[in-house]
Amino acid sequence: MEAGTQAERLQGGRLPAWLLGLLPLALIAAAIGAFALLGGPGLGDRTGPPIEEVAVERTVLRPGEIELTLRNDGPDPVEVAQVAVNDAFASFSTTNGQEIGRLGSTTLKVSYPWIEGEAYEIFILTASGGTIDAEIPVATETPEADLSFFGLMALLGIYVGVIPVSLGMLWLPFVRRIDARWIGALIAFTVGLLALLAIDAGLEGLEIAAEAPSAFGGAALVFAGALVAYLVLAGIDAYLSGRRDRARGAGTAVKGGLYMALLVSIGIGLHNLGEGLAIGSSYATGALALGAFLVVGFAIHNTTEGLAIVAPLRDGAGPDGRVRLSHLVAFGLIAGAPAVLGAWIGAAAFNPSLAALLFGVGVGAIVQVIVQIAPAMRDGAGRLLNPLSVAGMLAGIALLYVTGLLVAV
Amino acid sequence: MSSKLSRRKMLGGALAAGASLPVIHGFLPRDNGGPPAAGAMAGHAGHDDFVHAGFAPGSTVDHRANGFNPTELLRDFDYGKTRRLASGRVLREWTIFAQDREIEVAPGVKYEAWTYNGRVPGPTLRAREGERLRIRLVNASEHPHTIHFHGIHTALMDGMPGIGENRGGGAIGPGEDFTYEFDAEPFGVHLYHCHVSPLASHISRGLYGAFIIDPKQGRPEADEMVMVMNGFDTNFDLANEVYAVNTVGFHYVNEPIRVGRDELLRVYLVNVLEFDPINSFHVHANFFQYYPTGTSLEPSEYTDTVIQGQGQRAILEMKFPFDGDYMFHAHVSEFAELGWSGFFRVGDPSQLSAASAAAAYCELPWGGAGGKT
Repeated sequence: MEAGTQAERLQGGRLPAWLLGLLPLALIAAAIGAFALLGGPGLGDRTGPPIEEVAVERTVLRPGEIELTLRNDGPDPVEVAQVAVNDAFASFSTTNGQEIGRLGSTTLKVSYPWIEGEAYEIFILTASGGTIDAEIPVATETPEADLSFFGLMALLGIYVGVIPVSLGMLWLPFVRRIDARWIGALIAFTVGLLALLAIDAGLEGLEIAAEAPSAFGGAALVFAGALVAYLVLAGIDAYLSGRRDRARGAGTAVKGGLYMALLVSIGIGLHNLGEGLAIGSSYATGALALGAFLVVGFAIHNTTEGLAIVAPLRDGAGPDGRVRLSHLVAFGLIAGAPAVLGAWIGAAAFNPSLAALLFGVGVGAIVQVIVQIAPAMRDGAGRLLNPLSVAGMLAGIALLYVTGLLVAV
Repeated sequence: MSSKLSRRKMLGGALAAGASLPVIHGFLPRDNGGPPAAGAMAGHAGHDDFVHAGFAPGSTVDHRANGFNPTELLRDFDYGKTRRLASGRVLREWTIFAQDREIEVAPGVKYEAWTYNGRVPGPTLRAREGERLRIRLVNASEHPHTIHFHGIHTALMDGMPGIGENRGGGAIGPGEDFTYEFDAEPFGVHLYHCHVSPLASHISRGLYGAFIIDPKQGRPEADEMVMVMNGFDTNFDLANEVYAVNTVGFHYVNEPIRVGRDELLRVYLVNVLEFDPINSFHVHANFFQYYPTGTSLEPSEYTDTVIQGQGQRAILEMKFPFDGDYMFHAHVSEFAELGWSGFFRVGDPSQLSAASAAAAYCELPWGGAGGKT
């Protein structure tokens, strides 16, 4: 009896659970309210001049005009006072006023007769005399985001995403002909390829994050994106596996070929979203030469991704052991089409924070795929790293690296 | 795969397909000789119009808040107070306050200046050769300051920290004061400035001014003005963001200096620009007689462009034979387009407004020389 009461007291008597859950929150709110009402007792205002941190998120060039989108990244409001292009003051107007609040943004339209192909250094003078620097390494007119432009970006996405991945999947007959012993090596090949892809995407995400406002997380966005993508995909996998296991009545250590191919497609698709974003934004800023060489390079390079998708299909797919064309088409779209979406976003509304996040998502997705398909590399003794799998991974890394040289601009 | 689409790596690279040639606006000849200044700029507010570098149309600094207007400062000569000593010599006295003050050096751009008498440049002190000068510095600033005059005087009167502190001189601390006393020599156009370390900081913050000693016999009657070429390092990166004559960038573009056609114009030009090794002065559609340091009554050169290092100064004399607006600016294009540009607006002398005429013709205390009356 005595013990029962004590337990009851520890559990908060007869108060309902939801109330117990809300109580700490209410106390925190009260404490914050009192703190605010009393004007933060014990804490003075920050001393020293205002801290001005402004990131230039986007640069758009039109004939006779340079448009800069600024984001206030610091703790204090910033007032834009003057703008100089290549050491000459130029008149400008703003869309959102000259004062930018914390995390707020404004767009400056600077009147300036810029010349195609020249480089420009811009400094923005704030009311306190501080400067914000922006750089246009090669001036070229930013394409207008009209229907034909979106069409062009879609074509670009299909060129570098859908088509090469689909072409790569044409290795399926070859994959299915080779000896069963080589299946582990093929999977390992995919793993090696994906691992380098993840490292590369992560590094590029960090590079872009360096230009993004730190207030939104900066480099942390890449890791956050990766973590979120990994967890979401792992959760989906756990859910689907549970259903499948219930249907079959028993779990299997190695997943079905079709299922693994789907996972690889999703991972590569999320990665291609980030890739499309980079291509689209570079095209919009004129940094990307859309030469045939680059498109061909991307095509060859991304073809390896198609091979990665079909490698798990060595032992067939569905219950009947056949791989339907519809499957392949679906995989091709899942893996390649996000490049189109990425190109649209990148060209029309590039934002370094979003790009960093999406690159992180691609990394997390790939890592999750690797974790999913890696068990298929095991040899008879159950070793993950065996001569065949190591050789396969090295081959994957080598192929991706070599074809990557084709698109290294 | 990473495409390494860094913009920097693409420098000199191929141009994007589909980009069309931009239409280049501006730099169109303006043959009307009319005002390209504030009014005209306001009429060309379109984004695709770039006649010359400048601030947003119609924007100016708040002269009232600044406490001075470069248009007035141009012809503002401070003669101090005089009395005759027993010896018969003229004693000329000034009191100058060193003050910290926020000023607007370009529309919307505030700068924590250090000033003499609340203005940048400080007052144009003007005396006559051979007079006895007494300048009392009262330091109302938060920092130690001096006034170092370019002239001929004793070590104690040199405004040099470390020299004469035991006699009340040297660096003058906040709340302290000191009186510099010396003879006005040699005649010419000189300057004064603070000499406390760090020197670049004390000078570039605004502690400088022109110091004119007229020759005993005076100079021919003229419309006289002072132009102190300066600049402001608003972000303290040891390079100037704003360039000007008499502090406010593009001021004389917005308010052209009114001068009379065929009238003798005399410019006392002083370069105090910090951080940049040279400055220059160029006038359009005209030539001037150049008197380096103003220490000779004979000009050294007839030209339209001169360069000056920091501390160099000279007298320029010219006449404009035609009506119209004529630019003057640093022939260092960067300075010109970052604020060091202006216009002379030449017209019939009788058409000058009463106000500007009053400002144009200063009254010299000794009459005659240098002024119109």
